[in-house]
Amino acid sequence: MSKIHVTTKVNGDPVEFLADPRETLLDCLRDRLGLTGSKEGCGTGDCGACSVILDGRLVCSCLVLGVEAQGKAVETIEGMAQGEDLHPLQRKFIEHAALQCGFCTPGILVAAKALLETNPDPTETEVRYWLAGNLCRCTGYDKIIRAVMDAAAELRGEAA
Amino acid sequence: MAKDEYREFRLVGTRPDRPDGLDKVTGRARYGADMTAPGMLWGAVVRSPHAHARIVKIDTSKAEALEGVKAVVTRADLPTGLTGEDWDLQENTLAGERALYDGHAVAAVAATSALIAQEAARLVEVDYEVLPHVTDVDAAMAPDAPVIREGAADPTVPEGMHPNVVKYFAFDHGDVEAGFAQADLVMERTYKTEATHQGYIEPHACLGQLGSDGKGEMWVCTQGQWFIRRMCAAVVGIEAAQLRVTPSEIGGGFGGKTTIFMEPLSLALSRKAGGRPVKIVMSRSEVLRATGPTASASMDVKIGMKKDGTITAGKATFRMQGGAFPGAPVDMALYCAFAPYKMPAVECEGFDVLANRPKCAAYRAPGSPMGAFAVESLLDEMCRKLGIDPMDMRMKNAVREGDRAAYGPKFGSIGLVEVLEATRAHPNLSIPLGLNQGRGIASGYWFNHGGETSVSMAISEDGTAQVSVGTPDIGGSRASIALMTAETLGIPYEDVRVNVVETGALGVNEPTHGSRATFASGKAAVEAAQHAIKEMCRRAAAEWGIEPEAVEWVDGAAQPAGPNAGKFPPMTIAEIAGKMGSTGGPISGHHESVPGGVGESFGCHVVDVEVDPETGGVKILRYLVVQDAGRAIHPSYVEGQYQGGAAQGIGWALNEGYIYGEDGRLQNPVFLDYRVPVASDLPMIDTVIVEVPNPGHPYGVRGVGETGITPPLPAIANAIQAATGARLTELPMNPPRVLAAIKAAKAG
Amino acid sequence: MRYHTPQTFEDAARIAAAAQGVTRFLAGGTDVLVQMRAGMVQPDDLIDLKHIPGTQDIARTEDGGWRIGIAVPGIALGGHEALCADWPGVVEGMELVGSTQIQGRATLAGNLCNGSPAADSVPGLITAGAVVEITGPAGTRTLPVEDVPQGPGRTALKPGELVSAIILPPRGDYGGDCYLRFIPRTEMDIAVVGCAVNLRLKGGVIAEARVALGAVAPTVMLVPEAAAAIVGTALDAAAEEALAQAATAAAKPISDKRGTAEFRREVAGVLAKRAARIAFARAKGDTA
Repeated sequence: MSKIHVTTKVNGDPVEFLADPRETLLDCLRDRLGLTGSKEGCGTGDCGACSVILDGRLVCSCLVLGVEAQGKAVETIEGMAQGEDLHPLQRKFIEHAALQCGFCTPGILVAAKALLETNPDPTETEVRYWLAGNLCRCTGYDKIIRAVMDAAAELRGEAA
Repeated sequence: MAKDEYREFRLVGTRPDRPDGLDKVTGRARYGADMTAPGMLWGAVVRSPHAHARIVKIDTSKAEALEGVKAVVTRADLPTGLTGEDWDLQENTLAGERALYDGHAVAAVAATSALIAQEAARLVEVDYEVLPHVTDVDAAMAPDAPVIREGAADPTVPEGMHPNVVKYFAFDHGDVEAGFAQADLVMERTYKTEATHQGYIEPHACLGQLGSDGKGEMWVCTQGQWFIRRMCAAVVGIEAAQLRVTPSEIGGGFGGKTTIFMEPLSLALSRKAGGRPVKIVMSRSEVLRATGPTASASMDVKIGMKKDGTITAGKATFRMQGGAFPGAPVDMALYCAFAPYKMPAVECEGFDVLANRPKCAAYRAPGSPMGAFAVESLLDEMCRKLGIDPMDMRMKNAVREGDRAAYGPKFGSIGLVEVLEATRAHPNLSIPLGLNQGRGIASGYWFNHGGETSVSMAISEDGTAQVSVGTPDIGGSRASIALMTAETLGIPYEDVRVNVVETGALGVNEPTHGSRATFASGKAAVEAAQHAIKEMCRRAAAEWGIEPEAVEWVDGAAQPAGPNAGKFPPMTIAEIAGKMGSTGGPISGHHESVPGGVGESFGCHVVDVEVDPETGGVKILRYLVVQDAGRAIHPSYVEGQYQGGAAQGIGWALNEGYIYGEDGRLQNPVFLDYRVPVASDLPMIDTVIVEVPNPGHPYGVRGVGETGITPPLPAIANAIQAATGARLTELPMNPPRVLAAIKAAKAG
Repeated sequence: MRYHTPQTFEDAARIAAAAQGVTRFLAGGTDVLVQMRAGMVQPDDLIDLKHIPGTQDIARTEDGGWRIGIAVPGIALGGHEALCADWPGVVEGMELVGSTQIQGRATLAGNLCNGSPAADSVPGLITAGAVVEITGPAGTRTLPVEDVPQGPGRTALKPGELVSAIILPPRGDYGGDCYLRFIPRTEMDIAVVGCAVNLRLKGGVIAEARVALGAVAPTVMLVPEAAAAIVGTALDAAAEEALAQAATAAAKPISDKRGTAEFRREVAGVLAKRAARIAFARAKGDTA
């Protein structure tokens, strides 16, 4: 099967890769571009570990083909911190012990970032429903929800 | 007293950032599937679509002919002559004469890309002769059940049992019949629990390499690299020391990553492909079909109780299937079932039964949740009948230090009474409930575990310390071990780096299992630090020209003590380390042992539910976990263990469960239908850390990982009865079951 | 697998008609990629429709209805205030499909063409009286949504045909609709039972109604008997009970891994009642 040349932007950088059209965007990020921060937990869109932002929209990269990324902009966990400066969500996740094994963490951080960009002041219920597609098996979600709410407060300029 | 309100120690009990936090929030941490190697091939596994079938023939010629395919292996490529557990592991790795469950591996391929490997796997032609199968535990013991493996039973099994019963287990003490005769109420019920999966979000993944010289390497997500090494070496027929296993970061395990599944296949494929490394990553459906779920259980329980709530006797018969191999945790289930109670008389027997399901693996407090579901459900019903407060009943019968456990030994220092008192005092118990709402309470127990442990610690040239441990960090154990090491050495937390190391770097370690990492590796790290302290005191003494016994270690420095006190200024760890090359060489400490002094952990949970009487839907309104940690080294991660355990228990109680069709195939091998709790299913999970220090650990640690999964099963059943009057005795308590039970209860 | 990115529906139909092996259309991909991943489908030709102009648009039709592009994801429907005001039941059905991430991709057209009897967006489309525009080798035709599903995984589309737009009628005055489903968890499940109700009031009384049930038969089904039970009433308790009974009676479910037949029959009635209440309130102008 012949591969297709794809030109796209990942975390602001122009990148190119050759993709078999059957390969998902997740496969291409991980195996073609070496961006292994996005994880595969299910391959069927049920766990959210592969969450990325595609042209401003939160998606599961396991449910997008690599060839569909042509001409688009992809944001992954690797682009979340600005140099040494962690995104407030990343800092709050460490501070609140909102991760145990850490495998679901990149997907949850990307999803939470997408939430706070559309809704800077979410209720606990809104956070829980927005993140319902991000499975975490370690934490029972408690500390994750607290970390997201706290990061939202910080981003709004409120003292935690 | 709340954890953060007092400080007995400088560091123990504080909440610093975990050492691996930065890597894990930036996507840098490398998990099982994140590693590649030069010349790497991709593996794929061919699996049986049948629950039970004779393998007539495997034709690999088409797969081998596909361009890019470098190796195909079948059972014929593995050594013969294995026995016991090694044979079981090999048989589970790759089926021999028969496929024993839906998803059982029958062949594997390696190719230059994942897509080619998958294509090649489809081209492997297997002729099956389908055989009768059985997946239910009670059906598997019935006289007409198909025999899964003749001769698998061990000598404990009484004569006349079905060959699928492979182990029999019994213990008792006291006069059970006399106990029932003294009781004012005797009740007996049968309970069933379904198999659940650990459900770690990271699928199994490994990168294995094995040369024709019998030397190999493996990168793998595992709870225990030495277990992987020993098991893989046995299955592929190499010497253990020739295989070097490096654990990746691990995306959850919960007991399910303490054994091997496809790991030996990467080695066998690599050997056949001329030593090229082979990466195998399971899909989610492979994980659910073919890796360790827990056992399913069918349990009869009979209890006698006096009007005042005193338990007079208990009797339990548990039947469990753990798949097509021995190993269902029926013994553990029976040990734990009555553990929170003083039992004047008990009689317990258990049956480990084979069925056409995947080989079960450990899952968080193996066996304990099933036993608790049965016993704690029945006790609640009896309290209801007798009009007794279930907290009063628990307190009245609670085991204390010196009491004989229902399963035999005498308890040392335990904290059940303190847990029950803290539970009773919690504000959640006095929140008024509304229509269709109910409150349920249940206790739980886990032994905790020591296990083979080897830790090494070295002082660096600048006085900082590195600790090498063999227990992979799944939920923050690097932080807890660093805290204890730094506390002992008297140096800052940030000055300690804890490394989880490969098998070549330490003696044998058991996995991170049994709630043992902070207990056992922590205890060994403290011992190792003390070993180094002793050496540093000796070096200082030599320089000062005094006896080593006259030097003490205070706040990270050696200082003269006793008659020499004040004669010399303290010599800091940095000063001692800075010149260690000229004072006798590197300073390190190590500790190897199977640590004793394990401290048991009791917990009590309180759940409020609301049940929709028209649909049977159960909503968790609030949830409280109270558990004895011994001492919380890093309270945030102790709370995390409590909350995570409760969430898994809630899933097991309500919606998780293996669903097999008439054809013996697993019908829900995807997260869409294997329904683990999602964020919107749960409320915040309140926690109370009770601290009754374990005298067997330098900082009082008991181990906190496992107890928390146990109480949710019965607590939720108890709450549903409180809300609706309906008693559920079978898991999962999904909406169709709850609605049917409500209707049955209404019909009287 | 060949990957195609046609610029018109006619080209897409032409590619599909000429294809020899297994062909799939790609809009949101949330079903087809899962099927490919599971090995259930290995397309020889995959035709990505998102490059066709207009497929991402939501537009008012001349008569005051809506024309929805076949690649509009759920999240865009939910973000369209005027559409939500007109057809909240249609939008909430689509918004119940999967997670936030799925909402970023999944489409009405895909949900319909997947042919699942449990498709959450289909009952609402049916009760709304939506039609699909179909483009094929022989040109363009329209079909009511209720005539599209023909059984699990099967639709009335002929080889080479594809849905090229979804058309909702004008809402009109005093109308309200609602979709409810029952799932074991709060999110992420496939409907065990789904029910949509669309109704119009005249003088406080239900003048017209349509009721559709999902996941209780081989296809999403319109239930005229259930609608008849509430027409002419102000949705009093007796009408609600008659509606519930009619819905339960019409349901012809199976028992499977997601629920028993008995449970589905019973809950079909419960959901019909609850959905009707919300639709009724919406028709009255209450913010429900």
